[in-house]
Amino acid sequence: MATATLPRATRFSGRASILRRAFSGDSLAQALVFLCATGILALTALLVWELWTRSALSRATFGFDFLRTGTWDPVAGNFGALPFIYGTVVTSAVGLFIAIPFGVGAAIFLAELAPPKLSDAMTFLIELLAAVPSVIFGLLGIFVLVPMLMKIVPGLKDALGVLPIFSGPFYGVSLLSAGVVLSVMVAPYIISVSREVLLAVPRDMREAALAVGATRWETTWDIVVPHARRGIMGSIFLALARALGETMAVTMVVGNTPKIAASLLAPGYSIAAVIANEFAEATSDLHISTLVELGLVLFGITIVLNGAARLLILATGRKAG
Amino acid sequence: MGVTKVKLSFRRKAVNAFMLALTGICTVVAVGLLFFILGYLFFKGGRSLNLNFFTQLPVPVGESGGGMANALLGSAKVLLLATCIGVPIGFLAGIYLAEYSGAAYASVIRFVTDLLNGVPSIVVGIFAYAIIVTRVGFSTLAGGVALSVMMIPIALRSTEEFLRSVPVSLREGAMALGATKSRTIATVVVPAAIRGLISGMMLNLARVAGETAPLLFTAFGNQFWSPGWRQPTATLPTMIYEYAKAPYDDWHRQAWAAGFVLLTLVLLVNVTARSIISGGLSHKPR
Amino acid sequence: MSPDAVAKEIQNAPENESSTTGGAAPKLRSIKLNFFYSAYHALHDINLDVHTTKVTALIGPSGCGKSTFLRTFNRMNETIKGTRVEGEILLDNENILGMEVSQLRRRVGMVFQRPNPFPKSIFDNVAYGPRINGMASRSGMAERVERSLRRAALWEEVKDKLHKSAFDLSGGQQQRLCIARALAVDPEVLLLDEPCSALDPIATAKIEELLFQIKDNCTVVIVTHNMQQAARVADFTGFFLLGKLIEFDSTEVIFKTPKVKATEDYITGRFG
Repeated sequence: MATATLPRATRFSGRASILRRAFSGDSLAQALVFLCATGILALTALLVWELWTRSALSRATFGFDFLRTGTWDPVAGNFGALPFIYGTVVTSAVGLFIAIPFGVGAAIFLAELAPPKLSDAMTFLIELLAAVPSVIFGLLGIFVLVPMLMKIVPGLKDALGVLPIFSGPFYGVSLLSAGVVLSVMVAPYIISVSREVLLAVPRDMREAALAVGATRWETTWDIVVPHARRGIMGSIFLALARALGETMAVTMVVGNTPKIAASLLAPGYSIAAVIANEFAEATSDLHISTLVELGLVLFGITIVLNGAARLLILATGRKAG
Repeated sequence: MGVTKVKLSFRRKAVNAFMLALTGICTVVAVGLLFFILGYLFFKGGRSLNLNFFTQLPVPVGESGGGMANALLGSAKVLLLATCIGVPIGFLAGIYLAEYSGAAYASVIRFVTDLLNGVPSIVVGIFAYAIIVTRVGFSTLAGGVALSVMMIPIALRSTEEFLRSVPVSLREGAMALGATKSRTIATVVVPAAIRGLISGMMLNLARVAGETAPLLFTAFGNQFWSPGWRQPTATLPTMIYEYAKAPYDDWHRQAWAAGFVLLTLVLLVNVTARSIISGGLSHKPR
Repeated sequence: MSPDAVAKEIQNAPENESSTTGGAAPKLRSIKLNFFYSAYHALHDINLDVHTTKVTALIGPSGCGKSTFLRTFNRMNETIKGTRVEGEILLDNENILGMEVSQLRRRVGMVFQRPNPFPKSIFDNVAYGPRINGMASRSGMAERVERSLRRAALWEEVKDKLHKSAFDLSGGQQQRLCIARALAVDPEVLLLDEPCSALDPIATAKIEELLFQIKDNCTVVIVTHNMQQAARVADFTGFFLLGKLIEFDSTEVIFKTPKVKATEDYITGRFG
């Protein structure tokens, strides 16, 4: 059966159709959302650019010595970042030192040992703890923690005052106080992420251990936790990144003194805290530039940590799935 | 042989019970801290709250009374501005990632957005200072921009996540009826994801509402009302900070009151946001 | 029957030419249609006429390309990346590949394998198509919705709960809702892609029943893996195998006196 000849099919003429499509609502919508997405790239680039150019004066003046010099005297024009780097590192270290055992312990309890409903309820509450603003922690730090430490520390010094980290007078505001406040603030992150990482460990691993007679704890500690090891490390990195960038709670209890001391009981300073305190009233272009450079340093460290954290958490996920 | 066996078993049971208790204690401490914080603020702050707090301006040092009405309004304005800038950008960019973008470009955007999200809040403040304060001075505008930069990454991630959770079959159903892609997104996909989107926005807002550091040298502070958008303004978190570190008891009292108000609002928004997603959806597929 | 024997039969099958039984010009026609999923050649030289106001069924074993072919009629395959069409597809003698796609889809509607109602009320589901195509005023909408629901044999069951969620309905009712939704824009053609595969026999029977009513003013093309369904509802049937159209004729001929051996073997169940 032969098919009849067909009339020529109608088409839109090429050029008119392109123009019409370019201005249709659909294309405009697509252009708009594309612009917003690309705009974020531009925004981030701008942020980095601003940090870089506004710290240029400081970088040119001091070079790498900026990171090694221990005196900070804006009036005399001496700017050394070391007291702040030291304080940031020490307070974060103390914070993690306290938060890690508590956090990982709580995560293990919530993921492995607690009944599911209880676990969900408690996790919800702990995640609310993460939502408490930093300045509120600072408030409690000044009026609750510091007086409490004033009572405890003499006893601590009696026992451990031999150690250099507990030497010297204690006035309440100190690296130790800041470290304790930080531990409370970052613990929820460790708990939340570690719990999820532990929950993601495949069920058959646990069942295999239980089937040969291991106790719940043995299963958890010997099998599950090692499997989730990288993810837990990742949560610690995340917590560290958070602690390093923490501003308000730290500046309210750390003492804001740009000195390096061996003792945790001495007052100190952190990068974020000095920027917070001095930026608005910085006395000279150089002063501002050094503060911006400090911000750049902090930015760089937190990016590296966040990146490492994500890789570690991904690594556990890939192993499990 | 028999005695050793029993001892080993007992030891393992004891360790098991002990670690259960120990990790349980860690958890109880963590949860207990939340209740302690809430309770203490309730106690100290609730007592100090009075009507003046909400309606009056701060009074000079030494005088008692006064309130933080200007800070409440200032926070409201800054947050409004931040939401109006940050949420649309993040939302639209999220639509691009979920509906239009190729995989390669999408991962670039996601990577850079995560970078932006990891910027410490004080550094965001430096950025806002650099682009706004150097041109306009300390202002509500600068504060709003600083907080909007913090809102964008979260808005983008949560939008993308919730839009992706809408099944492809819904999109196909709309397109088969003649809807264009943008129409489909606006009238079917976004409404289907609306609960998650709203919840995400609320959580986002609650997070930046408590931010202080980026406001210290952008919005800066103000003893009085701040008219318009180009004047420095007081905000609730910065007032808490100022008053807490000052040596006056009356200011401490006000700091507690302000802290109580801030925390209550933040936690209320948080809890509401979470209940929206987990609560019954009126159009939930069986 | 061994796979090799089947393949041999396909190679030996005569080049299919579409049937002109029915008299009137075909509503839909594919001419030397080839379809590609990226590098994979899914449809080979399909020539098929769909006749106006008749029901045409497409049958064949899984993976034979019948759903892919159906979806070319409303260009739904374009939503998948990397697909390519060669050849022509005509709707009333107009090449659909040059048409504005939204307009095409208003004229050629589709019902999918699994019911996919929108998370909206029953009323809003049906009203969605007319609304976005600007087809009815507010006052006319209620009337249009009722008409569509009646055509889909769903009106009596939902008339008192039009503002309830579509998800309150059973699976079979949801599928009829999807049919009503598709009919609400007065399509000239309705494509159904295995619409009953997720439904029980009673729901299936209801849908087959309403297809008889719909075809009076709508051309129906239905893909089904259930041969008995094709025998029950279709005027014409096309048998597909491995991306080729093996035979196309009136249903009676296909099922009683098929001309190609492969068709006969499929119908009689020698392979599936």
